[in-house]
Amino acid sequence: MIAYIVRRLILALLTIWAISVVTFVIIQLPPGDFVDAYIVQLSASGSVVRFEEAQALRQLYGLDQPVWVQYGKWIIRVVQGDFGASMEWNRPVTEVIGDRLWMTIVISFAAIIITWGIALPIGIYSAVRQYSFADYIFTFVGFVGIAVPNFLLALIIMYFGFKLFDLNIGGLFSSDYQLAPWSWGKVWDLMKHLPLPAVILALAGTAQLIRIMRANLLDELRRPYVTTARARGLVEWRVVMKYPVRAALNPFASTIGYLLPFVVSGSIVISLVLSLPTVGPLLLRALLAQDMFLAGTIVLLLGILTVIGTFISDLILMWIDPRIRAGMHE
Amino acid sequence: MSGAVADQAVPLVTAAEEKIAIASQLQLTWWRLRRHRLAVASGVLVILFYLVAVFADFLAITSPHATNSARSYIPPQTIHWFDEDGSFKPHVYALKGRRDMRTFKLVYAPDPSDKRYLAWFVEGYGYELFGLIATKRHLLGIDRGVPEDALFLLGTDQLGRDVWSRLMLATRTSLTIGLVGVALSLFLGVLLGGISGLYGGAIDTVIQRIIEVLRSIPTIPLWMGLAAALPNDWSVIQVYMAITVIISLIGWTELARVVRGRFLALREEDFVTAAELAGASRLRIIFRHMVPSFMSHIIAAISLALPAMIISETTLSFLGLGLRPPAISWGVLLQDAQDIQALALAPWLLVVAVPVIVVILAFNFLGDGLRDAADPYG
Repeated sequence: MIAYIVRRLILALLTIWAISVVTFVIIQLPPGDFVDAYIVQLSASGSVVRFEEAQALRQLYGLDQPVWVQYGKWIIRVVQGDFGASMEWNRPVTEVIGDRLWMTIVISFAAIIITWGIALPIGIYSAVRQYSFADYIFTFVGFVGIAVPNFLLALIIMYFGFKLFDLNIGGLFSSDYQLAPWSWGKVWDLMKHLPLPAVILALAGTAQLIRIMRANLLDELRRPYVTTARARGLVEWRVVMKYPVRAALNPFASTIGYLLPFVVSGSIVISLVLSLPTVGPLLLRALLAQDMFLAGTIVLLLGILTVIGTFISDLILMWIDPRIRAGMHE
Repeated sequence: MSGAVADQAVPLVTAAEEKIAIASQLQLTWWRLRRHRLAVASGVLVILFYLVAVFADFLAITSPHATNSARSYIPPQTIHWFDEDGSFKPHVYALKGRRDMRTFKLVYAPDPSDKRYLAWFVEGYGYELFGLIATKRHLLGIDRGVPEDALFLLGTDQLGRDVWSRLMLATRTSLTIGLVGVALSLFLGVLLGGISGLYGGAIDTVIQRIIEVLRSIPTIPLWMGLAAALPNDWSVIQVYMAITVIISLIGWTELARVVRGRFLALREEDFVTAAELAGASRLRIIFRHMVPSFMSHIIAAISLALPAMIISETTLSFLGLGLRPPAISWGVLLQDAQDIQALALAPWLLVVAVPVIVVILAFNFLGDGLRDAADPYG
């Protein structure tokens, strides 16, 4: 059990390291170094940067040293919580991102809850009533869910919402609460706006999860112990729910590992279509304006959050699955 | 594997059994696939789409780059199939554009007195068929007249470009970018997956950890970051290649997983041991004995990887970070339909969603059918 946790932890740290390297590459990729960009930015707003100042900045960021030293200096500052300044906004990156990171988490989390909430009962139903009419319908809807990229789904729903109900369904808050400080009213407003984007985001993952759940449960239902339970006269509900469903749930929990990166990715794109106040639109704008510290920080934070989420799901998995606790299973 | 079947069948071999016994894995897969109607229909659909990609210019009506501000946002036209006398003569009415003085929007009214008859194989803008033969022939056009004036099957966009023609060209770009991307991923996947499965041990562990790390990173922000760094002055072709490389960097992991799994399973098979004992070289064992028997698995994995590639390209271009105009792809076209204002004004721009969804669905059904057919124990 300890070995399992340690292995997962090492993998998580490795992933975070890989993400930090990629982030650094992204920050470095645009031509010229960021002091050049910074000076251009400052001169545009009228202030003059003296040569010594530029040199001092270069020294601070280690731009005159080899790449790996630059990476080292950058990562040390990041670990201390200094992500640099956004050139476009002229404020520290953390300040610019502010609430938006939490909004991304809220939407992703809601999407995963919905994914589970829909996939579990439908998966069970499709397996128990295999080849029934409803099973075919769910399978078909599942395929459509996989085939329609979620930004397209958001676009289509937005269009019909506008056409049929004359609604503008973008955003996460109504105009009254847009700029208001946090209050219960604002939270309630958020709760009212959250379901639609969360469902759109959840659909593709749900389809895959339904198919996994159905396949797992079908395997379990063919086991002799199910026949035994039936022969002993257990009620059908108990026969299905008590053991096969529980056994089929294990791989179900482990799928969160790939579900999370998938959902976080999706949230970026649909936020742009539905103009949600997540980091998505901010990231796109930062990238287009080559505001690299801001863009890099968003990529880094999203990556780290995903890894943490996956790690937590691994712990949950361990709690659900006794085989992992006993160290018999990977 | 086929050896064992043949042995048991020796006493009483019917012609059909013998056919099965000596059939190659690919043949067996094909026979099984044929029974899967949905997969076969999807396969035909996919082939049709690639035909569109090959003959995109021929199917286009007007030059996809020709802009004309006097033709901005023309709605899709209705084709009238019969003339007044009841004879079959498909035609469209010529359009009269007029500016609405209150909204300053161009509105178009069909003029029933001015009929334009449709004609096959007419001359239009020049292009090169297969990149070789210079020609001006197009499948559809207008009899005695230029289609630029009158024929807009799916309407026009803001700059007055014909949506139908742009859709044809976009299909070519989006479908081929998938192919190039998959070819790259396949190369990486087979190479690394093969090494991983064949040698095992430390190399296997390292490669598996790399795959796990790559899969746990949210891809879209990463792609966005990498794609945004492409220099602005790059040509369309350079951007195209760069985008495929970026997409393949993540896409190879699934293929590597499949290949590794097959290698691991096949390593223990009797026929591989037999070949080893007979003194076959390593390369011969891999390419003569192992690869043919999991070829069908790779084909199935490819047909599932292709739609993922297409979605990736479409998403990136939609965000404005992938292919950029003047390149035309599904994502670039969808970019015009990005916000509710554009959609309210010109809902027909959303028509691009149809081929995207259809082709991805078809690939998924086909891939699913292939995966079932490729597994002899399924």
